[in-house]
This record gives sequence, C-alpha cells and structure tokens, in this order.
Amino acid sequence: MTSTTQTNYGDTIFRNLTRAFAFLILLLIVFMVYEMYRTSASSIEKFGWSFLTRSVWDPVQEEYGALPFIYGTLVSSAVALVIAVPLSVGVAIFLSELAPAWLERPVSFFVELLAGIPSIVYGVWGFFVMVPWMRTTVEPLLSDHLGFIPLFRGAPYGVGMLSAGVILSIMILPIIASISRDVLKAVPRVQKEAALALGGTRWEATRIGLSYARSGIMGATILGLGRVLGETMAVTMVIGNRPAISASLFDPAYTMASVLANEFTEATTDMYLSALVEIALVLFVITIIVNSFARLLVWSVTRKNQAGRV
Amino acid sequence: MQKEISTISVQPTVAAVPVELASKREKISAHQVCAFFGQNQALKNISLSIPEHSVVAIIGPSGCGKSTFLRSVNRMHEMIPESRITGTLTLDGEDIYQMDAVQVRRRIGMVFQKPNPFPTMSIADNVSAGLRMNGMRDRRRIEEIVERSLRQAALWNEVKDSLFKGGMSLSGGQQQRLCIARALAVSPDVLLMDEPASALDPISTAKIEELMYELKKDYTIVIVTHNMQQAARVSDRTAFFYMGELIEYDGTKKIFTMPSKKQTEEYITGRFG
Ligand SMILES: Nc1ncnc2c1ncn2[C@@H]1O[C@H](COP(=O)(O)OP(=O)(O)OP(=O)(O)O)[C@@H](O)[C@H]1O
Ligand SMILES: [Mg+2]
Repeated sequence: MTSTTQTNYGDTIFRNLTRAFAFLILLLIVFMVYEMYRTSASSIEKFGWSFLTRSVWDPVQEEYGALPFIYGTLVSSAVALVIAVPLSVGVAIFLSELAPAWLERPVSFFVELLAGIPSIVYGVWGFFVMVPWMRTTVEPLLSDHLGFIPLFRGAPYGVGMLSAGVILSIMILPIIASISRDVLKAVPRVQKEAALALGGTRWEATRIGLSYARSGIMGATILGLGRVLGETMAVTMVIGNRPAISASLFDPAYTMASVLANEFTEATTDMYLSALVEIALVLFVITIIVNSFARLLVWSVTRKNQAGRV
Repeated sequence: MQKEISTISVQPTVAAVPVELASKREKISAHQVCAFFGQNQALKNISLSIPEHSVVAIIGPSGCGKSTFLRSVNRMHEMIPESRITGTLTLDGEDIYQMDAVQVRRRIGMVFQKPNPFPTMSIADNVSAGLRMNGMRDRRRIEEIVERSLRQAALWNEVKDSLFKGGMSLSGGQQQRLCIARALAVSPDVLLMDEPASALDPISTAKIEELMYELKKDYTIVIVTHNMQQAARVSDRTAFFYMGELIEYDGTKKIFTMPSKKQTEEYITGRFG
C-alpha cells in the first residue's frame, strides 16, 4: 500500500511537471501574440481589417496593406507543394520499393543531406544558377507550350513566383521524401502480399501500400508546408520582391517572411514598424490556421481508416 | 480425439492412391523443390502431385515448412529478400517459375495465415479489390460477386448491413472470412489456404469446411491445418511435413488409419509435434 502511494506520489510530481511545461509553451505563444498585437496596435487601429485586403505598400504616404504578401506566401507555398509532393512520393516509392539495397543507401543519404543545407546556400544557388536558367529555358518553354493557361503567360523575368516555388520545392523535397520513404517501408509486408496474391501487379501492390501510408505522407507534407510558409532567405533571393498580385507565375512577387527580413531594419517610423509587426502577426495566424487545417485532414483520414473500430 | 481416429480399423490393404483420385488430372506438381531463407533451408526436396478438383491437406509441426511450401506455389516466397528456390513446380503442366508471376497468382489464390484485410478499404471494397485490379468495371457485376463471395465465406449475414464500413471494424475471425471472400471473388483455379480456420469459432469453421467441399467441384484446394480432425474431414489427400521434408503423402484415410511412416503415426496420434 505504501509503495503504491509512493509511486503515485512520483507520478503526481511527474504529471504536474510535464503539465507545467505544456502550459509554459502555451503561455509563451499567448505572450508572443500579445506582444505582436501590442506593437502593431497603431496599424491595426488605423487600417482595421482592410489591412488584409489592401494592396498598397507605401512607407512614404504611410499607407499599408498586406494582401500582396499574403498572396505571395500562399501561392509560392502552393506551387512548392504541387511540385514537391508528387516528386517526393515518387522518390520515396523508388527508395522503398524499387531501388536495390546498394543504390538505396547512397541515394537516401544524399536526399537527407539536402535537408541539412542552410537556406542561404539554396538562395545563392537559386539566384546565380536557377534564375538564369528559368529565364532563358524553363519559362519560355512553359509559355510556348502552356501559354494558354494564364499562369504561364507573360515575360520571363527569371525572378518571380515560379522560381520561389521551385526553390522551395527543392528545399522541402528531402523532408517529405525521407519521411514518406520511412512510412512506406513501415507498411506491413502482408499488405503488399495480399495485393500480389490477388493477381495485382507490383504497381497495384505499391498503391495498396500508398493508401496504407497516406496519413503518414500527409503528415510529411504538413511538415514541408510548415517550412515553406516561413522560409525566408532563399525565397527573398529569387522571388523578385515586388508587392504585386499577378496571375502569371513568371512575375515577381513578395512574401510575408521576405518583406519582414528586407524591411525590418529600414522601419524608421512607428507606423512602418507597426505595419511590419502586423504582417508578422498575420503570418503567425496563417501558419496556425494552415497547420490546424492540415492536421484536421490527417486526423479525419486516420479516423476513417479505423472506422467502426470503436 | 486423435487416438480415436487412429483406432478406426480398415482393411490392411489400402491402395497408395485412392482409386477415385488416381484417375484425376494433375493440377499442380512439385518436383525436388527446395526453398531457402538466406542460408536456412526451409524445404528439402519436396516432390508431390496435387490432383485437380481435390482437397489436399498439409499437416506437420510448427516451423516444418508448410507455409513456405504454399508460398512457393504462388511465387510469394520470392518476395522475401534473400530467399531462393530450386526444383520445379508446375500448374497444368506449365512451369510456374517460367510463367508471369501475376498470371500465376491470378490462377492460384491464397488465404494467408494471419488475416490481412486492406485497412483503408470498406468491406465491400476489400472483397472486390482483386476484381478491380484485374480490370473489372461493371458495378452491378461487382456487387453480385461481392455478395456471392461473402455468402460462400459464411460472412454475408453478419456484414450485409455494413458493407461500407472499414474492413478493420470486423473481429479477427470475421476478418479471416473476409480474406477468404476476397480470394474467392477473383475465382482462381487453385486456392491455397494457410490455416484458414485457426481463428474461427466452430460454427464458422464448419461453414468453411462445407465451403471447401462445395468448391472442390470447381477448384483445387491446398489447405494447411493444425487440426487433425479438420484434415481428416475435408481432405482427399494429406501430406505430412517434418523439418522441411515431406515424410508421407497419401490418401487421407490411409494417413489417418495406417500411416506407413512411424513419424506420421506419432504426429497424428499426438505423441510428438
Ligand atoms: N521470413 C522468413 N525469414 C527467415 N526464415 C523464415 C521466414 N519465414 C519462415 N522461415 C523459416 O522457415 C521455416 C519454415 O517456416 P514456415 O513458416 O513454412 O513454417 P510452418 O510450417 O508454416 O509453421 P507454422 O505452423 O508455425 O505456421 C522455419 O524454420 C522458419 O524459421
Ligand atoms: Mg505457417
């Protein structure tokens, strides 16, 4: 009896300690939001909700609106995911199902190596190598063949939304690919065997594996998304930094993280600083919303997998 | 129970192969089949012949290679890394290892030792998975086959109102019957069943045994079982495996009444294994 009480006592301390840490994190978030809110108060007061829907960004006239930055962040992230997810899943399938062991290990190593490269290195490479290549080859090719879609119309600048999306996709490919590979490798062998035993081809067995692994792959995508939303340096170097909304992906754009990095030191007036901090606040909120939404998606898929189990 | 079987007395001269089987066409034959997991040899020179439209039971102690033999027949063994197989296996006289593996598996269905329904699919989709893989698109026809297969597997009554629930929502025994239905849906020629009834209650077991009796008219069935009574009840022939070797293969009646090998007798009377 005494020993049980003692363990319970230890349990209680442990539980309260961990609970305290959890609350600490929550408190930290609340504090950050409060601080950002406080610093951006004058901008919030002046522009209200229209801050989110206005496209002006004029430090001289002290007129600020965040729409182009919000647009830039969301669209460049979307472009990055559209490119990176299928590619990563392809790489993951190759590594987990098709590659012989002698090839799998070095390729996996390089994929993981990519994840460790600092983003400024991607930025430099993007600016000096990728952007010229986009301008002279990729964008003209796209507009020649897919020019009927407004996304691929217009002058090939090189720097712009598309370049930002591409560099972001390269940056998140390793994360999504290596997690997806692990998830696919964890698919029980009997699942694939069940598909094969029914006369399924190797591809059909892989598809069964993919559907088994889909919530894990979605989780990997969310991690990637978390990174692209906040990615700053590499994007700043290739996106062109022009606060404009344009249908063409070739045109220069701007993201929330980039404008913060570029203009924070120049924010000389209170209103300018206040507007920038409000952008930070918006980025914070958008990140939370996007992540919650994505998590909800994963949760609903996982729940459907176990439908009726309860 | 096992003693009881061995004491049933029959005439001392029973033909090595029962007459009614001797006339049947050979469906599957194994010749000098050896299977390896890396250095470990799981099957040693297995040679046996499985007649069409019959049920062959494979018995033997755990780890003797029963599953490995089944998995060599539908080429599932080769899916395991570092595995190797030698010897010849034929289906209708054609070398299984010269055929396209996908074609082999369309003709030789399998029910695995552990139930393995597809967790992301509904019950109905589990059953029709093979049909859809083989390119069937006709909705009505698929529905018909799903119902027929579930009825055959003695599961229909339990799931007919929840066909669109997840396959994992079923109990272990129901999952196994779902897997049986899934294998039946693609109508293979041969059905390999690895202890299909080990997780089933007596009633569903009886239904599955009945099913085997039914299926025998059109299919050839190879069943692995640890249950001697079941082997005696459902099979025409019985093979006794021991430590990767085929010790004895004969008409079921003969095996259970007067086995010619001492090891077989000891095993079926429960004295070892
Ligand atoms: N995936 C594997 N890797 C390595 N060795 C294996 C593997 N599967 C089986 N073996 C070995 O092959 C031998 C035969 O195994 P098998 O599964 O065929 O036995 P079994 O007769 O089906 O047994 P049980 O009645 O327990 O199912 C065993 O000695 C086992 O250790
Ligand atoms: Mg087995």
